[in-house]
Parts: sequence; C-alpha cells; structure tokens
Amino acid sequence: MNQAMSANANVDTARQWLKRQSRWSPFEIVFWLALLLPFFLFPTYLPLASQIAIAALFALSVDLILGYAGIITLGHAMFFGLGAYAAALLAKAGWSEPLTGLLFAGVFAGLIGFITSFMIVRVQHLALLMITLGLGVLTLELANAMSWLTGGTDGLRVPRTWPIFNYFRFDLWGYTSYGYTLAVLFICFLLSRLLVNSSFGLALRGIRENVKRMPAIGSDHHRHLQKIYTISAAMAGLAGALLAQTTSTVALDVLSFTRSADVIVMLVLGGTGRLYGAIVGAIIFLVARDQLAGINPQYWYFWIGLLLMVVVLFMPKGILGFLSRLAGRRDND
Amino acid sequence: MKTKKIIALLGASLAWTTAGYAQETVKIGVILPYSGPFADAANQLQAGIDLYIAKHGDTVAGKKIELIKKDTGGPAADVAQRMAQELVVRDGADIIAGFALTPEALGAAPVAEEAQKLMVVMNAATSMVTEQSEYIVRTSVTIPQVNYALGKWAFEDGGVTQAYTLVSDYGPGHDAEKSFSAGFTEAGGKILGSDRTPVANPDFSAFVQRVKDANPEAVYIFVPGGAQPAAIGKALVDRGLAPPATKILAQGELTHPEALASMGETARGIITTFHYTLERDDPLNKEYVEGYTAANNGREPDLFSIGGYDGMHLIYEALKKTNGDTSGDALIAAAKGMSWQSPRGPMSIDPETRDVVQTVYIREVQEVDGKLQNVIIHEIPDVKDPLH
Amino acid sequence: MSSIVIVLFDGFAFGMLLFVLSVGLSVTLGLMNFINLAHGAFGMLGGYAAVTAMRLLGFPFLLALPTAFLAAALLSIVLERTLFRRLYGAPELNQVLLTIGMVFVAAAIATYLFGTVQQVIILPSWLRGSVEIAGMRFGVYRIFLIGIALIVTALLVFGLERTRLGAQIRAAVDNQRVAKGLGLDVEKIFGITFALGSGLAGLGGALAVEIVGLDPSFGFHFLVYVLIVVSVGGLGSITGSFVGAALLGIFDVAGKYFWPEIGSFLIYLLLVAILFVRPLGLFGKR
Repeated sequence: MNQAMSANANVDTARQWLKRQSRWSPFEIVFWLALLLPFFLFPTYLPLASQIAIAALFALSVDLILGYAGIITLGHAMFFGLGAYAAALLAKAGWSEPLTGLLFAGVFAGLIGFITSFMIVRVQHLALLMITLGLGVLTLELANAMSWLTGGTDGLRVPRTWPIFNYFRFDLWGYTSYGYTLAVLFICFLLSRLLVNSSFGLALRGIRENVKRMPAIGSDHHRHLQKIYTISAAMAGLAGALLAQTTSTVALDVLSFTRSADVIVMLVLGGTGRLYGAIVGAIIFLVARDQLAGINPQYWYFWIGLLLMVVVLFMPKGILGFLSRLAGRRDND
Repeated sequence: MKTKKIIALLGASLAWTTAGYAQETVKIGVILPYSGPFADAANQLQAGIDLYIAKHGDTVAGKKIELIKKDTGGPAADVAQRMAQELVVRDGADIIAGFALTPEALGAAPVAEEAQKLMVVMNAATSMVTEQSEYIVRTSVTIPQVNYALGKWAFEDGGVTQAYTLVSDYGPGHDAEKSFSAGFTEAGGKILGSDRTPVANPDFSAFVQRVKDANPEAVYIFVPGGAQPAAIGKALVDRGLAPPATKILAQGELTHPEALASMGETARGIITTFHYTLERDDPLNKEYVEGYTAANNGREPDLFSIGGYDGMHLIYEALKKTNGDTSGDALIAAAKGMSWQSPRGPMSIDPETRDVVQTVYIREVQEVDGKLQNVIIHEIPDVKDPLH
Repeated sequence: MSSIVIVLFDGFAFGMLLFVLSVGLSVTLGLMNFINLAHGAFGMLGGYAAVTAMRLLGFPFLLALPTAFLAAALLSIVLERTLFRRLYGAPELNQVLLTIGMVFVAAAIATYLFGTVQQVIILPSWLRGSVEIAGMRFGVYRIFLIGIALIVTALLVFGLERTRLGAQIRAAVDNQRVAKGLGLDVEKIFGITFALGSGLAGLGGALAVEIVGLDPSFGFHFLVYVLIVVSVGGLGSITGSFVGAALLGIFDVAGKYFWPEIGSFLIYLLLVAILFVRPLGLFGKR
C-alpha cells in the first residue's frame, strides 16, 4: 500500500487502488455463506450464534475507530449499553417493533457518541484510554443511580419483541434471532466496507499513521475522527439493541468495563484494522469460551488466558494476520 | 482458508456435545456464575447441591439425576438467558436451577415460562423474582422477609427507638433499606438518616463518619457478602460505633465465619437477622454441617449452600410426588405447599406465591466456649415475604 | 471540624495504599512503555504470599510483608525474562492482550490453589483498633499504612536521586538510545525496575488484604484504580503517583462524605476532567 500510495500519488492510481480493495474475493463470499451453516448444521447452537453475531457487530464498531482511525478505547460498552437500554425502554413504553427500535437505539447511541466525540478527538494515548474508561464507568454509575428507569442491578425484563415484518416470530430455538442479528451484522459490514475503502477511510488511516501530517495535506482530522466515532457509537448501539431485543432482558452488565475490555480482546485476537478480524475474533473467543466453560465451568478462563498469550506470542498480527501470512497473501493493510 | 478453519472449529464443537443420550434420566441444568466476582457464591451453592445428592443418592423415582452446569461468568442477564435457552433446546434439560443473582434469574424466567419448565431459584433474593413466571419456585430467602422482621423486632424487643441505615447502592440494598425501615417505622421507630454506598466500595470510612455525626442508637447495615462485611465492621468499630453504645443491626452476611475471623473481638454484640444459622443447635443441622465441612476441606456452609441443598430437596420430593413426571406443570403443582424440616429449621413453599416461608432468626455475636459466634436470641416462625 | 480531619486522614490512608499498589506500574510504563495490565495480579500474588506465609509458616505480619514483596519480585523476574521482554516495543494492544491473558491465568491458578473464599489476615493486636488524639479516633492500621507508604516514597526518591542505579534508571527513562550508547546495560536496568515495581505491587497487595479483602478477582478489581492513579499522576513520576493516589483517596472519601449521592461518580469525573486538561497527567513529562 505504501509503495502504491507514495510513489505514484496521483488521483487515478489511488482510485484504482480503492477499486481493487473493494472487489469481493471468493474467500469473502465463502465466509459469509459459511455463516449460514449454523441454521442447518447446528440448530441447537443458534442462541450462541446470535450472541456471537452481536459481539461481532460490537467488535466491528470498535474496529472502525481502533483499527482504522487509531482511537483506542476502554469504554465502548457505554454505547452498547445505551443502545440496549434505549431499545429496552422503548419496548417497555409499549413499542416493541424490532426495526424501528433498532433504529431508535442506533440514533440515540450515535447522538451521545457525537456529543462525546468533541472530547475524544482532543486526546491521545493513555489519556484517551482513561477518558473513555472514565466516561464508560460514569455511564454505568448513572444507570445505577437511575434505577427507577433502568432497573439498576436487578435489570429489566423487556417485553417480548414483536415479530419482524409482522411475520418472523422470535422463537425459543433462536432461528429468528440468528437470522435477524446476522442480517444486521451483514448490512453494517457492507456499510463499513464501503466506508473504509472510500477516500474517507483512507484519510482515517492517514490519521492513524501520523496525526500531525494530516492537517498539512489539508485534511481536517478532527472532523474526520468525530464522524467515524459517531458512526462507531451508533453501530455499537445497534449491537446493544439487538441484545436487548433478542434476549428480552437488559441489566447493568451491558455497560460494564468487562464488556469494553472483552470486545478489545476479541478484536485484537482476530486482528485489528481488518473488518473480518472483528468477526473472526468474536467467533473464536466466544466459541472457545462456550466450549471450555462447558467442559469446566470453573477454570475455563485459564485456557482463555493461555489462548490470548499464545496468540500474542506467535501471531502478533492476530489470527487473521497470521492466516493471511500463511496463505502467502500480501498484507492488505 | 479462514473459512475452513471456522468450519473445522464449529465441527469440533459439535462433536463435543452429541454425547450418548441415556434413557430415564432427569436432567437438571444449573445456571450459576462459576467464574468471575461471584464465583464463591456459585461454589458454595454447588457444594450444597452436591452434598444433597451424595446423601440421598442420584436416583429418584426410578430416574437418574444428571446435572448440567452452565457458567454465566457474571452478573450477566443475557448469558443466563442464553444458557437457559440452550439447556432447553440443546441439552434437553427438564428442570433449570441455580440462579445466584437476580438479573440472571430475570433473564432466564421468560425461557422457563415459554418452555414450561420448573425453575428453582436457589438464591436470588429480590422479591419480584418469583412473580416472573408461574414455573418459578424459590428455596433461599427474600430480603424483605428477614429485614422487615428485623425492623419490627428492633423496636419492639430490641429497645431501639431511632436508627440510621447504611446499605449498598443496588437492588438488594434498596430492598433491604426499604423493608427494614418499613418494619421499624411501622412499629414506631424513627429513621434518622439513610445512606447508600457504591456496590464496589473499597473504603467505608466516609459513610461511617456520616453515621457517627448523626449519633444514632443503632445503625442498620446491608452489604453484599465477600470482603465488605469485615471492612465495614472494622470501620464502624474504629469510629467507636460499637455495641453496647451503638447497636449494629444487619443481615446475616455481616457476621459469616470469614468476616467474624477477620473482625475478631470487634464483632462482639452485632445483631443480625437470617434464615440460616451455622451454629443452630439441632441434630439435622449438626449432621448437615459435619457432612458439608467433611466434603469441602473444612469450609463451612453458608446461605448459598443451604439454598442449593434445599433446592435439591424440593426437586427430589417433587419428582417423588409426580412419580418421575418432569413436566413443568406437574412439578410446580407438587412443589406448591410442600413443607419440610431443613437444616435451617422448618420451611415450606407458599402455594400462592411459590416463595419460601420459613423461620427468621435474630442472632447476636457472643462468646461461646472462647469463640465468637452467632447465638440465636429470638425466633420468628413462618415468615412470608411481606411484599408479595 | 474534627470529622473533616478524620475524613481527610482516612482518604489519605486509602490513597497511600493505592500508591504502593500502583507506583510500580507508573515506573515500568514510563520507563519501558510497557502496558502491564497484570500489575494487579502481582498485587494479588503478594496478598496470597502473605496469607500463606502467616498461616502455613507461622510468620508474623511484619515478616509476611517482605515475603510478599520478594515473592512478587522473584516471579516478575522470571516472567520478565521469559515473556514480557519479547514484547518491549511491540504494539500496545499486543501488550494489553498478553497481560490480560496473564490476569486470566493468574485468577484461575489462585482459584485452584486457594479456592474462591475471601482470605483473612489476622493482624497483631498492636495494629488493631484505634488511638485517640485530640478527641479524634484514628485507626492504627491506617496510621501504619501511611507510615509504610512514606518510607517507600523516601526510599524510592532517595534511591532514584542518590544511587548509581537510580541515575541509570533516570538516564534510561530520559533517553533510552543515548543511555545505551553510553554503555548502560538498559536491559538489566529494565529487569531490575520491573522486579522492584512488581515487588511493590506485592507489598501493596499484602497491605490491602486487611482493608479490602483478597480473592481471585483482586487482579481485575484493582486494575481500574491503579490505572487511574498512574494516568492522573503522570507516567514515570514517583511524585506524580504519590499526589495522584493521595488525591484519588481523599476525593473518594471526602466526596462520599459530603455528597454521598454522587460519591461514586466523583473520582471518575475528576479523572476525566484532569486528563482532558492535562492529558499527560499532573506530573507527566512525555
């Protein structure tokens, strides 16, 4: 990429490069088809599959800011939780239509994301990490203090979500849940793909690589960062809303620091700065966790910890980075 | 390439679970936070379950009992919901049980309702839990049950006319504050002030100082088990807020064995309300405690253990009554109105609310044979949850 | 009036506990740019080492404290040699992932060895209770905590300012490349600093048992507090950690005393506000 960009930095090649990047490879098509397999092969794993899809969407939202714009965060569960509560409270108020609920939650989380973005784009490194963490904890404490609205630690039971398109009823097996979450994940993935392969996406990567140089080439990096942060917050809100809608429950843990930390772990595990890293990371982390916890509910995290350490030591670019190097493909970073 | 990997992974995961399917078993799915900050509660509860099975055999009404443990790692309502769903659709569980934490019970309740499975809540102590589904029954305790009784007792028999309340700022804490205050003020007492401490509160000194400033006759405390009981107990005594000058009233967690060990002398005179008392002089309880400590490296049973133990008792007896019929409707009908002698004392299930009815014990920390322990000073039989 | 003094005293004592727990991380982060989220796990190790030493070996409390320091320091030398060293200069996120993984593993091992039960330290009687000074009751253990923290601070400041090793560490912090060029064995300096920092965490963990208890989730639980102290104080600054920890402790306790309704918000508001105005922390240089 660097060669292509710096050596022949004229508009035409850049556009060609973008075009090449946005072409679909057969790998990708197979990948998405494979995500349909649980419907046929593992129907009893659909509840897990839909929670993985939700985690993947959440990880994708973090990848947009962390992997593509270099904004490191330890508080993104804030938006996940806001989305979850927005959808849950709308349902409590009597409106349980899923798609409008989803939209409402996304807009709400995005709005809060936009407001906080003024603060976020002005700090970096450890300060950024700690400010996002601080805002996340503040939101959690606020939700706890407003337990008359949020149900506090006890949580809220959300009225059952109405059938999608008034037809697909949310069933105990999770067919509808998985179909729904997978569809939302796919749409958000498509949008993200367009986004990162646009000139806007390139500008973001420029910021990630060198913040100071961007204003010099006439790029308003604050504006760019605010935009992507808002988008990412909205997407995290969608993920939270999906969780509230498909599980009919929401409690304070949607806002927890652990959730913010877990999503980073999934993302780094899969590989940052690649959209598929978010999805693969979520799949591997949650499937491993589910299987290990099934075998040994008390000590599973020993093996998860070991897995993380092994990945860092032997696959410093995440599992996807490792695989793509194995496959001998050029790093598309 | 990536795809192959994923398929292989998913394939491997399937192979793990399609184990043999034995006939004539009753599968009980146990949903608990085996890992994470509440792991200790889960372990103690599980040990109670295990002890019951060890004592009474793993066969009941001609069927073999099989436990399937599911970890929520939590408090995690969404995970608990998924676990319940998986237990029903994948593992073919007949009964779901466990539930150390209220949000997790709330998460699983809709699944029990839809799948029509008996759901035995072995701990989660918020009143509203049993109201979530007709299939829920509780074998632990409710917070209003023990604390309302304490509030009443404090004024009528305890000689306390005004008190200050200090509770953890979360659902159970709010419940405790409300029900203690209700019992206390209805009897004629006066609440001087109330504060709420953050749930993850490493340091209590500021709140204790506020209590000291108000100079009440008694202070009522509710904190979650774990490290906080000892911490708050010591903070109180450091400030000179100690019996007999200032009475300390609390729910039983405050003086559980580890906290007593850590507080030492300072615990003397603390008055607590609880449904289970380790040292209660009763042959059934003695046998239970001996069996428990022998099976758990000397660790003593606590409120979680007894919830699990009696929860299993309820399941066993219900299965005997239905003659092995595991349908939710049959089991819940069998559970309603059931009464038995537990190591904690006499208890029963309210046929209306499916909630636990039991004796509430008021205890005081006193020295017995050179060792500080909870000594029962008053018993209130057949207490129901006042909120239902 | 007297209650304000008490509140400030208690807050300060709690802050000093946080200081001992976190100063090591501040130095290692500042010196090696290594984000060690397993720092809290070394604290946990120290706590368990002290508990074990007292219970099984019958050590008195005052001997259990250096035991905790040594146990954490020794293990950190081993881990620094085998694991951490490989990730110096690696992307921050990889360091985060590795050390989070270690916290998981540490928690599992602690559960396996000690169970999930809360550990108890029985203090000697001279550390229990409180003393009355000018009509106010001060907890003896809290006075002891402040004393230890002041001794640690004095040793650290003296060590850094007046000893050869201290000069080398300062040189390595200021400019690694030049320090290397001058023939300093930067790797060895790193190793020693790491061991010292982890040892202090271990000491802090042992001291914390009495105040906040000890169970396998200690490593996670204290991570957030430790990070706040480090970031507010500023990386690599002992003074910064000291002031940051004292501020955090005092504001936490005073906030809860004066405005109990927002007590739990206050320190996080403070964190966000300070870092927004001074992203490098109060005493940060880089």
